[in-house]
Amino acid sequence: MTETQELEQLVQREYKYGFTTDIEQEIIPPGLDEDVVRMISAKKNEPEFMLDWRLSAFRHWQTMTEPEWAHVHYPKIDYQALSYYAAPKSQEELDADAPESLDEVDPKLLETYEKLGIPLHERAVLAGVKGANVAVDAVFDSVSVTTTFKDKLAEAGVIFCSFSEAVENHPELIKKYLGTVVPKGDNYFAALNSAVFSDGSFVYVPKGVKCPMELSTYFRINAKNTGQFERTLIIAEEGASVSYLEGCTAPQRDENQLHAAVVELVALDDAEIKYSTVQNWYPGDEEGKGGIYNFVTKRGDARGDRSKITWTQVEAGSAITWKYPSCILRGDDSVGEFYSVAVGNNYQQIDSGTKMIHLGKRTRSTIVSKGISAGRAENAYRGLVHIGKTATDARNFTQCDSLLIGDKCGAHTFPYVEAKNSTAQIEHEATTSKVSDDQMFYLRSRGLSEEDAMNMVVNGFCKDVFNELPMEFAVEAQALLAVSLEGSVG
Amino acid sequence: MALLEIKNLHAEIEGKEILKGINLTVNAGEVHAIMGPNGSGKSTLCHVLGGREGYEVTQGTITFDGHDLLEMETEERAIAGMLLGFQHPVEIPGVKNIYLLKEALNAKREAQGLDEVDTFTFMKQVRELVASMDMDDAFLHRGVNAGFSGGEKKRNEILQMLLLEPKLALLDETDSGLDIDALKVVSEGINRMRGEERGIILVTHYQRLLNYVEPDFVHVLYKGKIIKSGDKTLAHRLEAEGYQEILEEAS
Repeated sequence: MTETQELEQLVQREYKYGFTTDIEQEIIPPGLDEDVVRMISAKKNEPEFMLDWRLSAFRHWQTMTEPEWAHVHYPKIDYQALSYYAAPKSQEELDADAPESLDEVDPKLLETYEKLGIPLHERAVLAGVKGANVAVDAVFDSVSVTTTFKDKLAEAGVIFCSFSEAVENHPELIKKYLGTVVPKGDNYFAALNSAVFSDGSFVYVPKGVKCPMELSTYFRINAKNTGQFERTLIIAEEGASVSYLEGCTAPQRDENQLHAAVVELVALDDAEIKYSTVQNWYPGDEEGKGGIYNFVTKRGDARGDRSKITWTQVEAGSAITWKYPSCILRGDDSVGEFYSVAVGNNYQQIDSGTKMIHLGKRTRSTIVSKGISAGRAENAYRGLVHIGKTATDARNFTQCDSLLIGDKCGAHTFPYVEAKNSTAQIEHEATTSKVSDDQMFYLRSRGLSEEDAMNMVVNGFCKDVFNELPMEFAVEAQALLAVSLEGSVG
Repeated sequence: MALLEIKNLHAEIEGKEILKGINLTVNAGEVHAIMGPNGSGKSTLCHVLGGREGYEVTQGTITFDGHDLLEMETEERAIAGMLLGFQHPVEIPGVKNIYLLKEALNAKREAQGLDEVDTFTFMKQVRELVASMDMDDAFLHRGVNAGFSGGEKKRNEILQMLLLEPKLALLDETDSGLDIDALKVVSEGINRMRGEERGIILVTHYQRLLNYVEPDFVHVLYKGKIIKSGDKTLAHRLEAEGYQEILEEAS
């Protein structure tokens, strides 16, 4: 058997999280018009300003066309065939608000998380990592199920709650910050999200406070034919800091599900936000059938002087990923970082990267992107480094590496650089390599199995990025990578 | 029972026959040197013994420590106690040397039904071995072979051998690219591995390694066959007279 055949044979793996939870769901019938937007807003008892905001986004969205510039291919999405809201019913009947304790949560929901390996009861204990303090705000389809560790966070003055709760309890913060990083008409998917977003997470860290624990949200798409439109807003005031992890999975389905999230980060003077993502949405089967369309807008505004925003992502799932976590380096001496591992297997398509927009003086950005392609996957890095006129002495370093496994996959790099200030220093390094037969043979001749050898090479390739993940998740990321590439050796 | 028994081994790569009937028996406690000019099939023999894909064995048998070697995957051969020291050890960026050493040791221990080595014992052992190879501890935390000089790569191969304690060490051109100091260190490492329980095969183009590691047997490989075998004096003759003389004599 040739190595290529072997690779193909082994590439077949099953998605571990492909189960559906049988809970009665309340779903709005498919279709999208102003009434649907009003209905969503009404269901959430939103104040007038939110409804107006949604409607204005919706009207803008109607004037827009779906972008086609990404290096991805998929049949046209029928936005009228999707349902824009799904809430687990038993949950709604309990209370319009999030439950007071875990006892009030539908046991089936908890079971689902159990299967995901993310029990809600104190995730730190679950992670089994010493000293790990992680609060989880779990999002099951559209309604936030429960939030843990609230007390400890409240003590520190940190607000960590579902977006809906934030709209209800802290409307002044929502009014002040919502849409200030990703405007409601920013792009097609962001506008759609602004109109119909169902829930998400909200974090507010007041002046001078270091958030006492890692914050974590676990997203999961459950209902059939429902788009998941999450909206996350994180604000770190002057001198505050917070580290946030988002993990995502979705059950296995034949049809494609749409996920169009928006994440906005705001860092004021001397504030620091670290946002880490481990994304494991269902990627479709080995024939390329099904899977999530992950069309996400993530942007951080390093608004204050000396502020810092770090995006770290491990993207292993989704049939199509269209995602460019970006930094606007507005404050003087602000810092933006992007560390990414994007792995595609079978027929997955990835078009991902970042934008670093330098506006402030002496702003610095670092981009480290590691793309791994196996099977017939297409993996594109797309990055923009923009140095504005005002950005004196700005610096960027970009390292963009691609690793190919097998000979039927593709790696593409689209780096864009715009320098409008002659004092800018920009460095770009790019490599493309293959997991070589020599490497595999060398490691196997030391007693390592084919799988272990492959994982070792791939993990070595990703090390620079894994080093940036919060300790307790680095291990998880490695495990996820192993599952994603299971069998893709040769 | 012989540790390694190769009988009438024929092997080809991409349809071209390279090995044309090799016979070789190595017993525990013996050091064999296989010498030969470029293109004689030395590296092919090493790769076939290591189980590298792409080489097809068309005839013959290889028995290793009672196992049918040709039925075993590369990693199974390693776990059964064969260690291949590479002529050109490949770079594996981002994977710390110490990590590979530990994983390799644990793979072997697992097969033996032993628990994973505890970190303290492991570190102590590795540090001693590193010092004995005249290497710096920092070397353990660099990527496997990444940016290593030729000499460092070869020392690393011997370090792995000292740690993994194979039953049979098969060292392919371990002396190539070594300066005299490195050659001494590497040779000392090999000599330390000599013992009743272990067979060593040195595959080399030149005689100079054999000044430091004295072989019990010397074989001359030419055009895919062992055309002459003898004791260490054969190596000296090769050095003095060159291959041509011996080749003519054999034919």
